[in-house]
Order: sequence, then C-alpha cells, then structure tokens
Amino acid sequence: MAPYQPKSDPKWLVALTLAVALTVPFLFPVLILLSMPLAEPSGGGVTLALRWLGNVLGTDLSGPVAHDVGTAVVLLLIAFLFINFGAIFSGICVWWERRIAGRMQSRIGPNRQGLGGFLVWVADAVKFLLKEDLVPAEADSLLFRIAPYFVLTGFALTFVVLPFGHSVVMADLNVGVFYITSVTALVVVGILISGWSSNSKWALFGGMRSAAQVVSYEIPAGLAVFVPVLMAGSLSMQDIIRAQGAAPWDWFIFRNPAALVAFFVLFTSQLAEANRTPFDLPEAESELVAGYLSEYSGFRFALFFMSEFGNIWVMSALATTLFFGGWQVPGMPAAAISALKGTGAWWGWQLVSMAVFAVKTLLLANVVIWLRWTLPRIRIDQMMTLSWKYLVPIGFVCLIFTLFWQLGVGAAPGLELASGVALSVGALFVVIAFFRRVFKNVTDVRGDAIDLSNW
Amino acid sequence: MSKLILRRAGHTGEEMLLNFGPQHPSTHGVINFIVDTDGEVMKKAIPDVGYLHRSIEKIGEVTGYPGFMPYTDRIDYVAAMFANEGYAIAVEKLLKVEVPARAQYLRAASCELCRIASHLVSVGTMATDIGATTPLVHALRERERINDLIEALCGARLTYNYHRIGGVAFDMPTGWKDQVLAFLDHFESMLTEFDRLITYNEIYLKRLGSVAVIPRELAIDYGLVGPNLRGSGVDWDLRRDAPYGAYKDFKFDVPVGKGLAGTVGDAFDRYHVRILEMKQSSLIVRQALERMPEGEIMAKVQRKPKPEAGEALSRVESARGEMAYYVVSDGTDKAYRVRARTGSYLAMGIIEDISPGMMIADLVALIASLDVVAPEIDR
Amino acid sequence: MTPTEIHERLKAKFGEAVGPLSEPKIDPFAVVKADALVEVCRFLKATAGLELDFCQDLTAVDWPKKNVIEVVYHLFSYKHRHGIVLKVEADRAAPVVPSVEGVWKAANWMEREVYDLFGVSFTGHPDLRRVLLPDDWVGHPLRKDYQEAGGYHGIPNIRENPLVELRRLDEVKIAAAARNRPPPPPPAAAAPPAPAAPPAAPKA
Repeated sequence: MAPYQPKSDPKWLVALTLAVALTVPFLFPVLILLSMPLAEPSGGGVTLALRWLGNVLGTDLSGPVAHDVGTAVVLLLIAFLFINFGAIFSGICVWWERRIAGRMQSRIGPNRQGLGGFLVWVADAVKFLLKEDLVPAEADSLLFRIAPYFVLTGFALTFVVLPFGHSVVMADLNVGVFYITSVTALVVVGILISGWSSNSKWALFGGMRSAAQVVSYEIPAGLAVFVPVLMAGSLSMQDIIRAQGAAPWDWFIFRNPAALVAFFVLFTSQLAEANRTPFDLPEAESELVAGYLSEYSGFRFALFFMSEFGNIWVMSALATTLFFGGWQVPGMPAAAISALKGTGAWWGWQLVSMAVFAVKTLLLANVVIWLRWTLPRIRIDQMMTLSWKYLVPIGFVCLIFTLFWQLGVGAAPGLELASGVALSVGALFVVIAFFRRVFKNVTDVRGDAIDLSNW
Repeated sequence: MSKLILRRAGHTGEEMLLNFGPQHPSTHGVINFIVDTDGEVMKKAIPDVGYLHRSIEKIGEVTGYPGFMPYTDRIDYVAAMFANEGYAIAVEKLLKVEVPARAQYLRAASCELCRIASHLVSVGTMATDIGATTPLVHALRERERINDLIEALCGARLTYNYHRIGGVAFDMPTGWKDQVLAFLDHFESMLTEFDRLITYNEIYLKRLGSVAVIPRELAIDYGLVGPNLRGSGVDWDLRRDAPYGAYKDFKFDVPVGKGLAGTVGDAFDRYHVRILEMKQSSLIVRQALERMPEGEIMAKVQRKPKPEAGEALSRVESARGEMAYYVVSDGTDKAYRVRARTGSYLAMGIIEDISPGMMIADLVALIASLDVVAPEIDR
Repeated sequence: MTPTEIHERLKAKFGEAVGPLSEPKIDPFAVVKADALVEVCRFLKATAGLELDFCQDLTAVDWPKKNVIEVVYHLFSYKHRHGIVLKVEADRAAPVVPSVEGVWKAANWMEREVYDLFGVSFTGHPDLRRVLLPDDWVGHPLRKDYQEAGGYHGIPNIRENPLVELRRLDEVKIAAAARNRPPPPPPAAAAPPAPAAPPAAPKA
C-alpha cells in the first residue's frame, strides 16, 4: 500500500486549540492571584474596597459588620473561583482525554464543536443539564439525590490546601497533607450511598467494590505520603514545596531512593482511589454495566463525572507537590520571590511559578490518561492482593528506610545530593530509552504517520 | 422461567440472584446468565438463551434449496462465509455435484479472510471485556479493511451470500489479488503490534491465566469445537485432519493451547489460539491466491435442484469451530429437514458446569474466551 | 474404521437391538432399538478401537407418514477419526427416548433442543426444559404438523402483508384513473396501423 499522505497539516489550528485549552482553566488561578490583595488577612484590600464602595453609594461602610461582610464576600468569590477551576478543568480534561483516546485508538475523536472539537465539553454540560433527572421508583430517593454532593464536596474541599503557585493557595493549613487524605474519604461515602440507594444490584456491586478499594488503598497512600513529610519535617503543602528545590536533583523523588518507590506507591494508590483504569472496578462497564453510576442521569451523573475527571488534577497536583518540587522556579529560590513582594516583578514570578506547577501537573495528568487507554482492568482479588500484600509492606519499608536516611543525611549532608544526581540521571536515561522504543515501534508499523488533517 | 431455575439452583434466598443480561455489555448479544451469587464469587451461572431464536431450521423446510442460502448468513453473521459453505457442501453432497477447482479456491480464500475478520472481533471484544478498550478499535480497523475486500468480492460486508450450491456467486474482480496481498503484508505486521498492545500485557496475562480452565477430557466430553477445543490442547482441525474443498492443497500449522499463562485450557489459551490462527489463515489466503487455478466458478446445477431422497452431513471448520449441517431430502425441491449444529451452542452447555466458584469478572472472561455469538446459539 | 466395520462390531455385541446399516447412498445409518440405546452408546464410547468420544450432532426428524420421530446421533472419534450415524425411532404421539447425557455431556443441551422443538422426552435427562422457546410456549415448532398459535402473550406472530395493501391501493388508483380518462376516440376504420406504434393493449 502506498504511504498515506495527509490531506492538510493544520499546525496553527492545533497550536491555537491547545493554547486555548491550556489558557481557559488557568484563567481562574490568575483571577485568584489578582484578587489576592483583597483577601489579605490584615484586611487592607477589603477596607480600601469598602471605602470606595461607600463613596459610590454615599454611605459609611467602615464599621466592623461591613468589614466582616466584605471579607466573607471576597472569600466566597475566591472559593467560587477555586471550585470552578475544578469544573472547567474537568470539562477540558474530558475533551483532552477523548482526543488522546481517539489518537491512541486510531480514530478521530470529537472534532466538530468549535476549534478541534474543543467546545464538546460545553455541549456535554448543556446536554447533562437538559436531561431529565431520573430517580428510580424503588430507590431511596433522599440518599439517591444527595449522594453526588458528598462526592462533589470531597472533591472540592481538596482545593482548600492544593497550591497553584508561590502564593496562590487558599489556606496553607499546617496539617495540609493530613487534611487532603481526610476529605478525599468523603468521596467513598458518596459512592457507597449512591450504590446502596440506587436499589440496583449493579450499583450495589459498584458501591461495595469502591468501598473495599478506597479503604484498602488509603493505607499505602498514607504511608507513601509520610515519606516526603518526614523529609520536609512538615505537614503543610507549602512547607513541603519550600523544602525542595527547582532542579530535579533537589526534588524529593530523587533525593531519597525510598521516595522514588514511595512515589509509585502513592501514584498507584491514587489511581485506585480515583477509580481510574486499571482500578476502575467500581464502574467496570464490561462487568457491572456502569457500577454505582448505573441509575444516574443528567446533572447528578455530571457531578460524578466532574469529580472523577477533576480528581485527575488533584492526584497529579498532590504528587507534584510532594515529590516533584511543586512550583519551584529554576534559578529563583522561593525566598527571593517573597523578597520581591510589593513590586511588579513579584506578579511576574507568581505567574511563572504557577506555570511551572501546571506543566508538571499536566504531564502527570497525561500519564493518568495514557494508562487508562492502555491497561486492562485487574480483578478484585488481585486488587486486594496488590494493596495488602505488596503496597502496604513496601510503604512501611519506605517509611522506615526514610527514617534511617534522614539520620544518615544529618550525619553526611552530601548524601541527598549524591542520590539526587544519580537517580535523576538514571531517570533521564529511562525516559530517553522509552521514547526511542516508542519511535522504533511506530516506525516498525507501516502507514502510521502523524496525521493532523482531521484535527 | 426464573422460578424453575431458582428451584434447580437450590436458591435459598440467602444469595443474590443477578440477571446477567440479556441487555449487558459483555454477553456478546442477547444472552441471559442467571447468576446465583453472594458477592463477587458465583455459586452458579445458568445460561438462558433463545432471545434471538428465529426458527431458521423451520425456514429451511419451506424455502427451496438455493433459497435458503441467504438465511444461513443469519445463523452466524460474524462469520457468515462458513455458514454459507457448510450448507452448500451438504446440499452438494446430496446432489452429488463436483465443485470446480477455482470455486474451491475462492471458497477457501474468502473463508479464511472471514476467519481473520471473525477472530479479530473475538480477540478485540475479549480485550474490551477485560477492561482494555483500545485493542477492540484496532481490531475493528483491520476488520474494516477485510470487509472492504469481501465487499469487492461479493458486494456485501456482513451477510455475504457468496457461496452457492455448486460453486461461488462471483469470480474475483481484477486487481483483487494484489489488494488482498497488500492487506496481508500490512496485517501480519499489525499482528505483532497487537501482541505488544495487549497479548503479553502483564495484567492481561494475570487476568486470563489459569482462569476458567477446561481440561482436555472435559472439552471433548462437552463437545467443544474449534479454537475452544484446541485451546484445551486437542490437536484437531478439520481443515487439516478431514480436509474439504481446497484445504488439502495448503500447508499450514494448527496452533494448540500450551498453557503459556498458566494451565492448559485456560482463557488465555483459547485467546492465544485465535491470535495464532489469524497468522495461519493469512498464510492460507496467500497460498490460495498464488495457486488459484483458471476455470469455471459454478458447476451445473438446476435452478430448482431436486436431490434424490437421502441425508447428508457436512462439517466445516468455522471460526467458532466445527459447524455441521444435516440436510434430509425427500426427493422434492425443498429440504425435508435442515439442521445447523453450531459451535456456540455446544460451548454454552459447558458454562453452567464450570461456573461454580468463579468470580463475576471471570464469567466475563469465560464468555469472551468461548467466543459465543448469540444468533449462532439461538438460530 | 469404516461405518460398516463399526456396525459389524455393534451387530456382534448387541444382535437384534441394532438394525441393519442403510444402503450407503450418502451417509449410512443404523436404527437402534430405544431400550438398547444407552448400552450401545456406552459400548461405542468405552470400547478400545472404537472410542467414539465426540457426540457431533444430536437432532431429530419428524416423519408423520411413518408416524415416528427419528432421533439422529452423529458420533465421531477424535482418536481414530471414524464415525457412525445411529437413529432411534419414537412414537409420534408420545415420543420417549432414553437420554445419553450420561455418556456424552454434549448431549445435554442438544437433547434439550430436541425436547423443545420436537417434544421428545428423554428419560434420565437431569435438566429437561425448554431451551430456545419460552417455558409456556404451546407446541413443538419443528414438527411437520405444527400450527402456530395466534400469538404469544398478546404479541401477534402474523401480520398483514403490507405489499398486499399497497397493491390494493394501487389498483384503486388505477381504476379511478381509468374512470376519469376520456373515452378513446373511435378508431379510424380504414387507416392502416402505424408500424412503429405499440399495440394498444388495455392495461390492468
């Protein structure tokens, strides 16, 4: 067969779509950054805004009540922006995942609505809103209706402590990591309720599987999370990032051999907690029809899905924070950025740190998507075996190794640098070998040229 | 129905009764499995078939001999060539007609292409049932090209109606041979890609290895046929061991399950036999096209053939195993009895007896590995 | 081994219970007495040298003229690559045949199908119930004298032929057109017919 010739090569359209797709969700963190002076704890921004508003309305708004109300309004606005970042990201992630799936499965994927099908997630959302909100006749109506909100709450609460950049974080709780582990457990409550209240056998199976899965994988995830916590000596997300550096050998993942293992333990456990392939047993289409989602339709179904896709960001951002140096900008230490506070350059460095964080997180998110379209699903007993017989012992070993490692680092500070350089060079070689193999496999199969004409 | 089955299963009310189908993503058509379970492990799965029963055997008694040919397509619409061929051979046996050599070769070539197409559906859906969605699309893409080739040959993409009593309907079009050879060149490299994609995936091997094991004796006793039988380690292929048509002229291997992922006769063996068979089918198509003799494509058969009274059984190696047509003639222009014994029907008989103790996820693997097709069960 | 040789071994063992081999027109067969069937089958499966381990096909043929239903067994051996066809005749009014499910498990579902579509009872079958048709279906469709009931639970199984309806409407239209057509002009008596003109055949 003659080699296939693409009909056209719309490089600019592709670039434009990708730029839009990357820009839209991150408008929200930028807006949050811009509204940050308003939310200063000292209240300077709110006072100024109230004075201005008082002048416009011709009343005096400088009292403590008005100040409290003003602060509350500002915080609500920021919370709204954070939650909507989750919603918009999950929408765009759906589009991106469908395009990736299309390419991996040698088909086209959605390419009709807007630039490169970019608006398909808006169309999906509108469709979900317009659909009838069905509640099965035999279902437990109240529980059935509130279950999606548990899932949504568990998902949205994680944004309280997830950082976006050097200063863009809603609340830098001193128990940040602990807090994330706790609130994500709300998701399983929602799934269990939905599985029980649907009064469908498939949904019940899905709910039970989900409960078993999330409860099992919380433990290795918690153990793995403690490795960077030990290395940083803090539970706060921002402190953990500040304890790392911008260069790969300064990241926690390479600074300690056990952290490298702990990252994989955490990543696997997070895949399982987010019900992503190969751990999508709770909704396994080919076994349980749609699992706990079987009876849901319309907006409630959309809430479940929004949380599921938004969770990709949450898990990737958590891994970036704990292991990959977060928003650390190369050549610009965190203390130097803080010192610029009050100047115009501070805003610029904020944006750069947000971009660094977003790029790392999106790369991890792409790995999650890539895994979903590559791997088959494991069976429930294998899922349990993996957690209890492998990940939990490995997690403990990592934890104990890190304790001794920290002792060793205290004695010989060069240890961390040596490990960081060695492991990051090793990782570089692995990545290069991987891409060489991919290109070889692609060229082995004839007629598989990159074709963007149907973008 | 369900009351009867409940009583048989010794249902105490303690277990959950799960209707696994007839509308279920992985039952491969409208089949129902009544699953008695108390969680993930099944107590028993009882197949309940018949949702697609169209009484094709009765139709065979009222249409004439040639008129039944399009109905045979509907017996197995995933691999309709074999259903055509089996019926044609049975009636040719009754009529004592000799099929021209070129027609024999065209039959072999079209059947083997159809076998590749059918196996592609089987292995693709198997991967989907195990949870990997990508391989199915890759398999269907290749099948689409085969559909194009068969459409060029006979004008149909699914229900071919290509084989006729005494030969085949059309000769191959100009340039068809080159198109097929070009496709096969491409396809053989795709097979290795498919192996890389899914066959040797660690999770896949773990999911299928030593699951739903059917030992050799059980497979023969329950009358499993074709890839299911070979997956259990029985070295038997009608094309090699009781050749019909042009198959005695071709050289090919018969892959047999070797227990690569665990035990001989497990779900992976049945899957892997199909993967290996596609390669062999590709070799057969090459041989058939290279040695294609010149000549007629139809023997002389009356418009309304009236075979003398008697009965004949034909056996062909279909994609789903040995397919047997039993045709009884009473000397008129209509068959007195047409019987199609299909591989899927026999495969369904074994599910109830090997299901106890399996997990629900394994039931999906078992159904997929037996490659049952609902219309072939129900006819 | 040819079918004749297998038949000779059967004859030697069971005598009168096994009928003569039919003339080998295409596929020869032997009629076996129903009482001896299970014994014959066990013998065929277990005896060294025969070992017919594969029940290839098990079906039935209805013969209202002879007033019998023939149950047909196609047997085959993977080891020796030979086979034979056995038949058992059962009374049409109350067909009863012993089950060979204990010999070949494959017979289980095939006997169920014969029970479903022909109404043959297999004594000793562990699970004799309808397989393709619903449990409350009336009659056995593959019998030659089967008459369809008017429907099944309110689902009709016949419908009017839509083509008949179409043709009738068509005829109505044509008839209306014929009525409205102006009467043809009287033919010119002496004029010779034009050679190229088609014959003025009246159209129905």
